[in-house]
Amino acid sequence: MNPGLGTYLTLLWTFGLMSLVAVGGANATIPEMHRIAVEVNHWLTDAQFADMFAIAQFSPGPNVLIVTLIGYQVAGVAGAAATTFAMCGPAGVLAYFVANFFHRSSHSFWPSLIQASFVPVSIGLMAAGGYVLAVTVDISPAATAVTFAVALATVATRVNPLWPLAVAGLAGYCGFI
Amino acid sequence: MDQSAPPSDTVARDLAATPPGLLELFFAFSKMSLAGFGGVLVWARRAIVEQHRWMTPDEFNEAFALCHLLPGANIVNLAIVFGGRFRGIPGSVVAFFGLLLPPTLIVTTLGMLYSYYGDLLGLQRTLNGIACAAVGLFLAVTLRMMGPLVKRRNPVEIGLMAAVFAAVGLWRMPLVAVLLVALPLSVVATYFWRKRAA
Repeated sequence: MNPGLGTYLTLLWTFGLMSLVAVGGANATIPEMHRIAVEVNHWLTDAQFADMFAIAQFSPGPNVLIVTLIGYQVAGVAGAAATTFAMCGPAGVLAYFVANFFHRSSHSFWPSLIQASFVPVSIGLMAAGGYVLAVTVDISPAATAVTFAVALATVATRVNPLWPLAVAGLAGYCGFI
Repeated sequence: MDQSAPPSDTVARDLAATPPGLLELFFAFSKMSLAGFGGVLVWARRAIVEQHRWMTPDEFNEAFALCHLLPGANIVNLAIVFGGRFRGIPGSVVAFFGLLLPPTLIVTTLGMLYSYYGDLLGLQRTLNGIACAAVGLFLAVTLRMMGPLVKRRNPVEIGLMAAVFAAVGLWRMPLVAVLLVALPLSVVATYFWRKRAA
């Protein structure tokens, strides 16, 4: 694997640009990522893309790390670093300055009002995301039961969330879910 | 960039006395990240609001809402914004690397193993189980974040939240279109609600 400078620049440019239009989190960007990586550039096959998605979900850390895997498949470790930076850097710098502005003027009327008015929209969006995920993932009664049991247990108690994850992973491996 | 501790009047009584230092930021974010199977938000809120008490539930909601609705990966944005609020640009850089360095190493290792073996059947089954639990955790953190809104019983907030949920979750309307309507509407509604309350 010996990718030229052009490959790195394409990765940086593509994912940097994608990060700036990726509103609503990494999972909202998956269709666009698939289009660019599989259909436009033929970096990965369909099956490879699906496996990358599974590995990124399975690994600890933010789900955005699927871009790290795509970068690795295209151009090795340097490619992985380049795509991760491109995907997280520009958007992060923007967030830094916007948040700073809102925080410094948090006692002025409009900035504080605007920031407060974002909250119900954001939480409504999270509830929608949770619902869509639940519909996608919970394809059997056992799976639905696991989701609801975990939700109830973690709202009602202070149980460490690693326990339900470990138990459900084991149950899945053994074929119970 | 003039960045110091948050203004004293926003610090509630039950908040931690000292803001996190750089090393603390790095390790706090690597810990959340390494625990974050199926999403880091669950762990971020647990660490920031419940364990370290670095932010109140309302402050966390506002910081996260901004990071969520700006472009980019919302947890990465949150790490950068959170680190920056307490320790300026060095804080942002440290939180960013704390969040991304450990899982990037893990995910790249898995990627290497994949390109040698590529058989993911056992992994796939385990993942299915984890995914069900991860959705449950995500629903739980969403409920917790609704807490302050439900307590306030502000019909504007609750109505907007329900409308966005219905539009995106039930009716599957395009995200960008919903945001273009919901955000201005939310600003106007909040404006009139505050006028009325004042």
